[in-house]
Amino acid sequence: MELLDSFLFISLIKAGVVFAVLMTTLAYLQWVERKVIAHVQVRPGPYRVGPHGLLQPLADVIKLLTKEDLLPPYVNKPLYLLAPFLAITMALLSISVIPFGPRIAVGPVTTYMQLTDLNIGVLFVLAASSMGVYGIVLAGWASNNKYALIGGLRSSAQMISYELPMSLAIAAPLLISNTLSLRQLVERQAGSIFQWNVLHGPFPQAISFIVFLIAAFAETNRVPFDLPEAENELVAGFHTEYSSMKFASFFMAEYANMITVSAMATLLFLGGWMAPWSAAWGSNLMPTAIFSVAGIAALYHGAHAVRRRDKLTFPVFGVIFLLVGGVFLLPMVQGWLLPLFWFAAKTGAILFLFMWVRATLPRFRYDQLMGFTWKFLFPVAMLNLLVTSFLVAWTTK
Amino acid sequence: MDVILFLIFALIAVVCAINVVVQTHPISSALSLVGVMGSLAVLYLLLGAEFIAAAQVIVYAGAIMVLFIFVIMLLNAGAETRKGRSYLIPGVPLVIAFLALMAFFVQRMFPESTMVRFGGFTGGGPAEIGHALFTTYLLPFEVTSILILVALIGAIVLARKEIE
Repeated sequence: MELLDSFLFISLIKAGVVFAVLMTTLAYLQWVERKVIAHVQVRPGPYRVGPHGLLQPLADVIKLLTKEDLLPPYVNKPLYLLAPFLAITMALLSISVIPFGPRIAVGPVTTYMQLTDLNIGVLFVLAASSMGVYGIVLAGWASNNKYALIGGLRSSAQMISYELPMSLAIAAPLLISNTLSLRQLVERQAGSIFQWNVLHGPFPQAISFIVFLIAAFAETNRVPFDLPEAENELVAGFHTEYSSMKFASFFMAEYANMITVSAMATLLFLGGWMAPWSAAWGSNLMPTAIFSVAGIAALYHGAHAVRRRDKLTFPVFGVIFLLVGGVFLLPMVQGWLLPLFWFAAKTGAILFLFMWVRATLPRFRYDQLMGFTWKFLFPVAMLNLLVTSFLVAWTTK
Repeated sequence: MDVILFLIFALIAVVCAINVVVQTHPISSALSLVGVMGSLAVLYLLLGAEFIAAAQVIVYAGAIMVLFIFVIMLLNAGAETRKGRSYLIPGVPLVIAFLALMAFFVQRMFPESTMVRFGGFTGGGPAEIGHALFTTYLLPFEVTSILILVALIGAIVLARKEIE
């Protein structure tokens, strides 16, 4: 009992669970992305390894682990080895303050669904992301390769520039919520969709939300801001000289950063794990309804399958979806599963947006990229912050 | 516990600070400076000033030092060549004299009873800092920002190309 209640034991268990879930999500996020882009471009995507390519991430991991780990002779060895380590560490560090759900009871222990609640949580995430720049910059420089160097330079200039509108966009909802702790931030948005920062307050933060999302695309080096790794001009940018697990660390860092910014957008603007409307109006039944519709659709397509193997796979997926929908009705798991569902649904929607944009938009030119943030995004974020702070001061008097 | 942490991070800060001067390559020096900033942030945390610690990492280590490294990389500065060790002859005694003077003044100005004891610090949160900045220290705060603005405009004027 004392062992179960000790801070160290609970923290270790939570860290293990969060790490395992995060790593699985990272691997499968890449599968989801390939599938989404494939379907946008009207092709099936990964299809060979496992049903509908579901084992593709596993195959990729084995491939990356067993590939030869090259160490080019002309690199600056200590910094070359430090860079991927720095990138992945800083990317994973910010996850530790992200809250996924409310206070829950597991057997005799009650704990928060969060690794740690800092009262400067928002600043911690900003600090970790600003330190993550070093991973990319040093990778570019230590590789001793002109393409890598230009990639690293582009990336650092881009990240410094977009950090400004991003910080201003974060500041505005913080003024409304009046806290820097991510947990309190979410708890002050409880109730319904009209209490979320994107719609709530003296000045709804819709502009701020859009500015944050655009800056987040640039901070994670995603299309249309992926100039640091523009393959038709820079080979692969800052990670040109990296192979095997070192390349995989950069890859994982990029996806972990994507998850972090999506989670941050959810927490800051979309009410975190809060349901969009109250349980009295049946928000508790929503996950079941969504999974049931998905399950029935899968069963229908299984019955009218075009491809032969779909006759087997679609009904199996349909049954799994229906079972998951049923799990949401069990009262003993509802306490933690429902908040987790809403958190994952909102974060997932933003992650889907990332993929959708990648499949749709072409890349910016470099001068457009810089002009856009300094001449448009920054003034808009500044104006939004001014109006918000004025109205907050006006209404709280 | 607090004292042990203080000793560890103070040692890291001092070693990194010496490394800034000793390294011949500008990138290594800049990275050592990042190490100094990082360990200073931990020391602020130990003093209970969590907001200052976060600002230290975001502003100094995250923004200013990235700009430094950016400029060093852009200019592609190489390692310096050492010119003998004759600088050590006046340098070492001067450093020792300076440190001794500092220790003397610090000991004179702050008697034993007012020295910092670690642990149990509070009141370094964002609210307290904001309150202090906008009430007690409003004038110095605003004057500093104008000073920085002047420096920025000066840099732009100096760097601007002449337009006929």
